[in-house]
Amino acid sequence: MTVQNQQAVARYRNDFLREVEERVEDGEWVKMCMQCGVCAGSCPLGNAWQHTPQKLFMMIRAGKREEVLTSDAMWMCTSCYNCIVRCPRKLPITHIMHGLANYAHRLNIAPKGQPTREVAKLFWNNLAKTGRVNELKFSLAMYFKDGFVQGIKNAMAMQSVGLGLVKAKRLNPMELFGGHKCKDTGSFNKMIAKAREIEDRKKGFTS
Amino acid sequence: MNASIATNQTILVVGGGISGMTAALEAAECGKQVILAERDTSLGGRTALLYRYFPKMCHPTCGLEINLRRLKANRNLRVMTQTEVVSVTGQRGDYNVTLKISPRYVNQNCTGCGECAKVVEAEIANPYEYGLSKTKAAYLPHAMAYPQRYVLDASIVGTADGEKAKAACKYSAIELDMQIETVELKVGAVVWATGWKPYDAAKIQPYGYDRFDNVITSLEFERLADPHGPTGGKLLRPSDGKEAKNIAFIQCAGSRDENHLRHCSRICCMASLKQTQYVREAYGEEGKSTVYYIDIRSIDRLEDFYQKVQQDPTVKFVKSKVASIKLHEASGDLVLHGVNTEGYHRYAEQHDLVVLAVGMEPESNGIALPADIVTDSSGFIEGSKDGGQFSAGAASSPLDVNRSVQSATAASLRAIQVVHKTSASEGAR
Ligand SMILES: Cc1cc2nc3c(=O)[nH]c(=O)nc-3n(C[C@H](O)[C@H](O)[C@H](O)COP(=O)(O)OP(=O)(O)OC[C@H]3O[C@@H](n4cnc5c(N)ncnc54)[C@H](O)[C@@H]3O)c2cc1C
Ligand code: SF4
Ligand code: SF4
Repeated sequence: MTVQNQQAVARYRNDFLREVEERVEDGEWVKMCMQCGVCAGSCPLGNAWQHTPQKLFMMIRAGKREEVLTSDAMWMCTSCYNCIVRCPRKLPITHIMHGLANYAHRLNIAPKGQPTREVAKLFWNNLAKTGRVNELKFSLAMYFKDGFVQGIKNAMAMQSVGLGLVKAKRLNPMELFGGHKCKDTGSFNKMIAKAREIEDRKKGFTS
Repeated sequence: MNASIATNQTILVVGGGISGMTAALEAAECGKQVILAERDTSLGGRTALLYRYFPKMCHPTCGLEINLRRLKANRNLRVMTQTEVVSVTGQRGDYNVTLKISPRYVNQNCTGCGECAKVVEAEIANPYEYGLSKTKAAYLPHAMAYPQRYVLDASIVGTADGEKAKAACKYSAIELDMQIETVELKVGAVVWATGWKPYDAAKIQPYGYDRFDNVITSLEFERLADPHGPTGGKLLRPSDGKEAKNIAFIQCAGSRDENHLRHCSRICCMASLKQTQYVREAYGEEGKSTVYYIDIRSIDRLEDFYQKVQQDPTVKFVKSKVASIKLHEASGDLVLHGVNTEGYHRYAEQHDLVVLAVGMEPESNGIALPADIVTDSSGFIEGSKDGGQFSAGAASSPLDVNRSVQSATAASLRAIQVVHKTSASEGAR
C-alpha cells in the first residue's frame, strides 16, 4: 500500500462515501443517485465491463473501497455521454468516472498495465514537458510501450500511414529532435506545478 | 346566461373535472352562489375517459352520475361550458373576472337526437380518443357528456355540411352565426380546478413514442380497454391491429426526471397496476404484463392493490428504468434494453406493445395565471397570496380521484369562508 493510500484509509476509516465526496472530482454527486439503472443500460460498452456506473455508486455507498478503486470500469469509460444525457438526477456521471480513475491513479492502486491508464500517463508526460503535444514522440512511445520488439513491429505496421502524414505535412520528422514548445516553458512548468499543488491540497495528498 | 347575477359573494370554480364539480357542488349545497366554468364542451374532465377506476375497479360513470344528479338538482350552481378565464383582477372578496365563451353552434333546444350527425359528412380526429379514432364534425362529446348537447366543430361552419346540419335539425337548435362572447363578472373567491395533462411522451427520445406505432401512452391504453373506445374494448395494437398479449408497462415515463418532470406523478404506478388487470380481464392466464419500474409507489391504503397484483402470475416486475427501445422490424414488436438493478442483469426483452405510464403535468402550464397566484417548482397551483384563490385536485398536485375530491372539498370550504367574511362585512356596512 502506498503511503497516500494508507493515510486515506486511516483518515476516512469506514466512510468511503465521504472520502469520495471530498477527494474525487464531482464526488459530492454520488449520493444523489437513485439506482434507476438507466446509465447502466445506456452504456455502449455493455457487458464489456464489470461495474456499471450505477453499480459503482452503490458500491461507494456500501463502503467497498478496495473493489471500487481497483476496478477497471472507470478506465473503460469512452466519454460518450449517453449516461449523462439520460440520468434523471442529472449526475455528471462521465466526469465522476474520470474523477474516480484519477483518484485511484494518484493513490497508485489503479490496475497496473490498464491500457487507458498507460496511454493517459504517456500523453500527460509528453504534454507536460513543453506545453505542446509532440505527436511523433507520443506515437513512438505508444509503439514501444510493450517492449522493443513489439515497438518495431508496430512501427513497421504503421509505416505507410506515417509516411502519408509526413507527405501531407501533418507530421514533422524533425520533431524527434526536441520538437516545438510553447514560448515560455519555464512559466508553463511553474503553472503546472502550482496546479498540482492546489490539487494535492484539495485531494488531501498534502496536509 | 345572465351575468349580472354574479356578485362578490359568488364563488368561481375554474375547470369542471371531478375536482371542479365537487368543489362547486359542496359550496352550492351550502347555499353559496357558484359559477362553474369549463373550457371543454362537457363536464367530467380526464376521469370520464378512463375505463375503470382503481382501487375498486368500478366504472367512472357511477361517480360522475352521482355528481351530475346533485348538479341538476341545485339552483345555486351555474355551469358554463366552452368557457375560459381570460383574466382575474382585484383582491380577495372582490375580484373582477373576464371569461371568454367559445361558440358551440348548438343552443339549448338540442334534444340530443343526433339527426345533425347523420347528415354531416366531414370527420375530425375524435378529441376524446387521443386521435385513435375519428368522429363526425357534429358530435356528442361522450356518452356521459353534460350537457347532453351536440357540438358542431368550427371547421364545418360556413360549409355545405354546416348548412345540411342546420336543415336536418327539427328543433332549430343549430345557430351557425354564434360568436365568441366575453363576459365580465364580480366574484369573491376563485377555485382553480384546471386539472392535469399528460406529459408529451415524444420528448422522451429513447422511447420513440413519435417513431414507433406500438409505443403508446397509458391514456391511450385506457381507451383501448374501454368497450366504448375505438377498438370496442379489444387490446389491438396500432401498427397492425393484432391483439397485444405481451405488454410492457414503463413507469416514470417523464416523471421523477430532471430532464422532464421533476416530481413523482404519484398515480401512474397505480394506473399501470390497474392496467395489468385489464390484460388479465381480456385474456385470463394467456396475457402477459411486465412492469418496468424504479420503485412502485402505491401510497398508503393502495398498497393492498399492489400486493394483489404481485400475486398475479401473469404480471412480472422488473426493477429497472428502461434505457432505450428498438424496433424489431420483422414483427413490429419492440425490444426493451436496460439493466435489471436486482442483480445487475442486462436484458433485451421483446414485447408486442409498450405502454408508457406518462407523468401528470399541470394543465395550467402554458396558460396565463393571475399574477398573484403562487405555483410550485413543477407549476402546480398553491393558491393566491391574498388568500382568496385556491386550488383543488390535480391542479394542486398529482392526485388520484379520491384525493382530488378531498382536496376539492377543502378548497371549497376555504372559498366559502372568504365569501362568508365578505357578506359579513357588507352586512355591517
Ligand atoms: C393513465 C391514468 C389512469 C388513471 N386512473 C385512475 C384511476 O383508476 N383511479 C383514480 O382515482 N385516478 C386515476 N387517475 C387520476 C385521475 O385522472 C385524476 O385524479 C383526475 O383526473 C383529477 O381530476 P381533476 O378534476 O382534478 O382534473 P381533470 O380531470 O384534469 O379535470 C380538469 C378540468 O378542467 C378543465 N380545464 C382545464 N383548464 C381549464 C381552463 N383554463 N379553463 C376552464 N377549464 C379548464 C378541463 O377541461 C377539465 O375538464 C389516472 C390518471 C392517469 C394518467
Ligand atoms: S442514471 Fe443516474 S440516477 Fe440512474 S442509476 Fe445512473 S447515476 Fe443513478
Ligand atoms: S407514481 Fe410510480 S410511475 Fe409515477 S412517477 Fe411516481 S414512481 Fe414513477
